[in-house]
Amino acid sequence: MVHPITQESPDQVMLLMGNEAIARGIIEAGASIAAAYPGNPSSDIVDTLAKAAKNLDMHVEWSVNEKVALEVAAAAAMTGLRGVSAMKQNGLNVACDFLLNLNLSGIRGGLVLVICDDPSGISSTNEQDSRLYAKMGELPLLEPSTFQEAKDMTREAFELSEKLGLPVLLHSVTRLSHARGNVTLGPLPGPKGKPSFDRSRPFVNVPAPANAHRRLKEKIERCRDIFESSPRNFYQGPERPDVMLITTGAGLFYSLEGVEALGLDVQVGILKVGTTFPLPSRFLLKHLKKAQQVVFVEEGAPFLESGVKELYAEHAAGLPSISFLGKAEGALPQVGELNPDVMIRLLGRLLDCPRETRPESYEHGIRAAVDELVPDRDLAFCAGCPHRATYWAIKQALALDGRNGFVCGDIGCYGMGGGPAGWSQMNTMQAMGSGAGVAAGMGQLTNMGLDQPVVAICGDSTFYHAAIPALINARQHGSNFLFLVLDNDATAMTGFQPHPGLGTTATGQAAPPVAIGDLCRAMGYPVDMCDPYDLKATTDAIMRGLEHEGPQVLILKRTCALVAARQGIPPGRVILDTDRCIGENCGCGRMCTSAFRCPGLGWDPVTKTARIDQAICTGCGVCTRICPTGALKTEATS
Amino acid sequence: MIPNDPMNVIICGVGGQGNVLASLILGRYFVDQGMKVTIGETYGVSQRGGAVMSQLRISKTRQPAPLMPSSRADLIVALEPVEGLRMLGQFGNPTVTVLSNTRPWLPMSVLAGEHEYPEVSLVLDRMGRFSEALWKVDATEIALGLGSAILANIVMLGALQASVLLPLEETAMRRTLEASLPPKRLEQNLQAFSQGQEAVKRH
Repeated sequence: MVHPITQESPDQVMLLMGNEAIARGIIEAGASIAAAYPGNPSSDIVDTLAKAAKNLDMHVEWSVNEKVALEVAAAAAMTGLRGVSAMKQNGLNVACDFLLNLNLSGIRGGLVLVICDDPSGISSTNEQDSRLYAKMGELPLLEPSTFQEAKDMTREAFELSEKLGLPVLLHSVTRLSHARGNVTLGPLPGPKGKPSFDRSRPFVNVPAPANAHRRLKEKIERCRDIFESSPRNFYQGPERPDVMLITTGAGLFYSLEGVEALGLDVQVGILKVGTTFPLPSRFLLKHLKKAQQVVFVEEGAPFLESGVKELYAEHAAGLPSISFLGKAEGALPQVGELNPDVMIRLLGRLLDCPRETRPESYEHGIRAAVDELVPDRDLAFCAGCPHRATYWAIKQALALDGRNGFVCGDIGCYGMGGGPAGWSQMNTMQAMGSGAGVAAGMGQLTNMGLDQPVVAICGDSTFYHAAIPALINARQHGSNFLFLVLDNDATAMTGFQPHPGLGTTATGQAAPPVAIGDLCRAMGYPVDMCDPYDLKATTDAIMRGLEHEGPQVLILKRTCALVAARQGIPPGRVILDTDRCIGENCGCGRMCTSAFRCPGLGWDPVTKTARIDQAICTGCGVCTRICPTGALKTEATS
Repeated sequence: MIPNDPMNVIICGVGGQGNVLASLILGRYFVDQGMKVTIGETYGVSQRGGAVMSQLRISKTRQPAPLMPSSRADLIVALEPVEGLRMLGQFGNPTVTVLSNTRPWLPMSVLAGEHEYPEVSLVLDRMGRFSEALWKVDATEIALGLGSAILANIVMLGALQASVLLPLEETAMRRTLEASLPPKRLEQNLQAFSQGQEAVKRH
């Protein structure tokens, strides 16, 4: 079957996620390589391409990390073809060392780097405005505002990249990448050229990087000229607006929403800028002439805002007196994402037209009903999740050890171990793989009086992504710590993309697996392995590790319960022996429910005993190992 | 065709109930009718047993924002009762209509015995009181009768079609279902859709 995203039907309208629209733009541009490391809100771009790959003349891969992904994609552009990489904000931090050299060396074909920021950190550990990298790297930056632009500007980004010989950054945010809207398809590309590497024009910045920098400056000025007449920048509204909204990206959604909700199209104009670095100065100055009050509407940092203000300061003599509002002075919130409400409130205040609210009786009544009746929904590990068992074992082992040991960790489903789902057992969490690096440092402090055992944890995909250099470093310097790999055969949090240990690629080709245990042994680590479902063996193995001097690795191996279900691995069955469960009289404090917190196992308020929800329980049997009376039992399934 | 422009619809429930698929099917239906549709959603870690919500906004003329303003919902489809009430708290108003599943999905704190889930009748009563009309569907029971609780989302779509709370032409809606569901599960899903329709006709 032909994947719908690859269909040749120009002018057909599809309902596409912003990320799918970007993927279609990549297909229409005829890219030859797409490489990425998964991270929300960007993952669906390469996920979509991977699913469609068999209909495309394109190499699609999940790379080991974002820097390698960008390098792989750049190879296409170094040989005259088109390459693309897509990543979330944290991924760009990883890739930047390469990017901020590639800007100087330039490229031959087209290279587009899609960056999906996550304002509010809805599925992230931080909140960052990646557009600042465009200024630092002096690279062209495009910001689509609609689903249609997400597709069209992706295609245009490749053309611009080839015209300038520079990588082009395309910036999206969660509310564009992860929302869906109407997209009209364009034509598919013709056949691609043959790649060839021209040795007479190498991509090398030394011995005179400053010369390469001068060429970059020239390119970016040429880019500014191109942007002056870009149809992605336009003004709509009255000739003399009371308020001019200057907006980009998803800010356009909220600008339009505010104007419409208050019926302000006669008073308010919208200056929409799709090319935000380098700024099209002549275009902006022309429109600033009609402004008296400007409001900047953009997600993230005051990036467009500071650029326009700087331009105004340089040209103030020829311009009217304008007052500026935005994030810099806090008229719009400086943290978190924008929404229609903040725009409606601000416009209502500026133009003195407050918007209708709910009747007071309704407002009070519904608030009271929600407060009285609506419980919170805490995050929990899935039923059968090996991480719950792992954190239980860590908690037991650290308590039995009694020296106040602590855990340095990082990002993945197991990051929930920092909260109630994992009994707050994870105590540091920054970058991918940083648990290993931080623990390597902590493991030195044990020679200076730090008398607490040091544990690091890291997932399997994260291990390949960023933990290996830290482990080599720790081995070389003899850091004293226990490294736990939570190997669940999945990059689970971002949607089960394959990693190097799984023996398969993004497009389902067989690949030689790179085994974590082999790598660790090759680095010289003693390696132990355990099934986290076996709580006793795991707790004992961690205890041994805590007592051992020097660096060591314990691999906790058990397939993600969701992956196991997808693979059709038959679930087991846990049953309750009602004669043995003595409920409140047990003295265990309802350990199976109030402490263990598995969605498949609840407390029955009527019988006052445990209750298994067979629709949710996967039969992993971990709870049977914590029940003091043996009332929870594993039953053999046929 | 649609009573308001944009028509603001919320589909809410708990991660794992098929909230996203239900909103995608509705969205595709209206795009095929020549409308502009935007769907915004909560996702990410909230998939794992947390509260989830899709905002489906339909317009004849413009591409709406992926988030609607507070208190501006026209219709709430709740796959889980307290999630419907939660949404009324932020997006409700005296003219909103609600179509709600009656079966609770217990939060972790209730399973752990720390809190109690409120009486469902109380939750439904409040939803009725703070909406213009409340339609109740035993969607999970119907789905379990067909073999799987996961079908409740399609039962709710059938109920929605029969309720006429949104203008969904039956034949075209079935075509969208056929185009959106895997062939091997289509028959079961079409049955779920039909039983949802019947549940509303008995209403």
